Amino acid sequence: MHMADALIVPTVAATMYACSTVAGGYSVRKVRLENEPKKIPVMGVMGAFVFATQMINFTIPGTGSSGHLCGGMLLSALLGPYAGFLTMIGVLLIQCLLFADGGLLALGCNVWNMAFYGCFIGALFIWKPIMKHGASKKKIIAASVLGCVLTLQLGAFSVTLETLASGITELPFFTFVATMQPIHLAIGLVEGLITAAVLCFVYEVRPELLWGVETEEKKERFSFKKTLAVLGILTVLIGGGLSLFASANPDGLEWSMEKVAGTAELEAKGNAYEKAAQIQEKTALLPDYAFKNSESVAGTSFSGIVGAAVVVAVCVGCCYLFKFFKKNVSHE
Amino acid sequence: MNKMKRAIYEIQSLDALANENRWVNRLHPLVKLCVTILYIGITVSFPKYNLSSLLVMAVYPIILFVTGDISFWKGIRRLRVVLPLVCVVGIFNPFFDREIMIQVGNVNISGGVLSMLTLMIKGIFTVFASYLLIATTTIEKICYALRILHLPKIFVTQILLIYRYISVLLSEANRITQAYALRAPGQKGIHFKVWGSLVGQMLLRSMDRAEDIYEGMCLRGYQGEFYYGSKIKVRWTDMLYLCIWATLFLALRFLPVSERIGSMFV
Repeated sequence: MHMADALIVPTVAATMYACSTVAGGYSVRKVRLENEPKKIPVMGVMGAFVFATQMINFTIPGTGSSGHLCGGMLLSALLGPYAGFLTMIGVLLIQCLLFADGGLLALGCNVWNMAFYGCFIGALFIWKPIMKHGASKKKIIAASVLGCVLTLQLGAFSVTLETLASGITELPFFTFVATMQPIHLAIGLVEGLITAAVLCFVYEVRPELLWGVETEEKKERFSFKKTLAVLGILTVLIGGGLSLFASANPDGLEWSMEKVAGTAELEAKGNAYEKAAQIQEKTALLPDYAFKNSESVAGTSFSGIVGAAVVVAVCVGCCYLFKFFKKNVSHE
Repeated sequence: MNKMKRAIYEIQSLDALANENRWVNRLHPLVKLCVTILYIGITVSFPKYNLSSLLVMAVYPIILFVTGDISFWKGIRRLRVVLPLVCVVGIFNPFFDREIMIQVGNVNISGGVLSMLTLMIKGIFTVFASYLLIATTTIEKICYALRILHLPKIFVTQILLIYRYISVLLSEANRITQAYALRAPGQKGIHFKVWGSLVGQMLLRSMDRAEDIYEGMCLRGYQGEFYYGSKIKVRWTDMLYLCIWATLFLALRFLPVSERIGSMFV
């Protein structure tokens, strides 16, 4: 899709240079704001990497042809849209100078058609929203394929517009578009799949290298202490507030017993039962979920809070005990 | 020679050409960059039927190829990338634009044919111009010129780094694909099952390499600015070179030079 100088006129070239310069200037500002000096060599080496891998032929299954990597999408998925965009400009400039792939005057057009769409549209409007709630292989494949297809379609459409605006070809607009778009749809699909394969590999091996993916630490919106505090407040609210609206009807077990035995509470007779009942009466802070000798609402509410606190304390204790024993076993 | 080896060879031969000590190489890089952009801009600005005036623009590549002792065939070889695309775009012109524009003897030449030829010649001249620039100026000097034009150092530095590591990573990619080809005889390209792991491994190695490079740069005192060696001064010969070419290009574009020369003989 590299445009040659011969395909454009100076006015179109200047317009596209101006557009690309604005995007480039904005990217430079953003990269400077990131203030990561380490990023510059990474950008350089990644540019060379894209250059090198674009020369590797990937066999397309079922056909006799081959495809290559989609640089813009890969770079923005690894470096972010701004650094990726600057790297792509470097790659395009070197391709133009060393291999005559694209022209010096058409560089503005090529930057717009390949780097701008690939990095800005692909990264900000496709990759980032898809990866917003964490990455998965399916998401990476979807983002890569969609990103490559869409950005290549946009790029091919821009090539058509720029060539026609330059008055270079006598081809009618619709014929030109109908020729360019389907070819680039197929190319986009293949390039998207290759990009997805590489990014899936990176996701498996070093997921921290992917840009715009929420990591586990980022996902953890509350700290452990905050989570405990929220749970505590919820416990107080539910146990202390909502328990006031607890149903007066018997629960499932009581209801069943009432149906079978005619009473919700079975009377147990014997020494052991009496002794146990006495102990329970003495130790129970809130018998039958209320203060002793009280029928007040506050008693019911308070008992809810205390009950919940006791349950939590027992749970925490059990967990620590479990951890303690597990640790001992593993040491042995 | 495979694609990657050929690319490495081309980079090395261009680098060797640019480092030679010829008069064109000694010119200030900014002057050469300006002349090249001016030439390309003026060449592509010719109207699509103005073939005769466009042909006179050949003076620039001819003079530089001959006096600069630069291989013309290597320049021709570079056309293999651009010319097919230009031809594809231009080949339809004769079918859509059939109006007769010139009559040479009994042969009628339509506007479509003229515009197709103009397009192809523009393609050839512009490729020659950028080849002449890169064959006489190293990337380091072009980056120096870009810094004079106040292009951001982040941008210029990473162009230099990309250029420096292209050969390294091309060799690595070549080794990897060669090793793969030896283990998968008769197979064309890389099988889809290993797309991710093959390139992914190379990507991770490149990332690690970038970290090492950064540490190496820091150890050598890198603080965000690359040093391009000694400052290249603009001499009067550079200014003369720029003025002569700029005047000539503008004269060839806006004056009917080819017609006047032709009228002397016809």
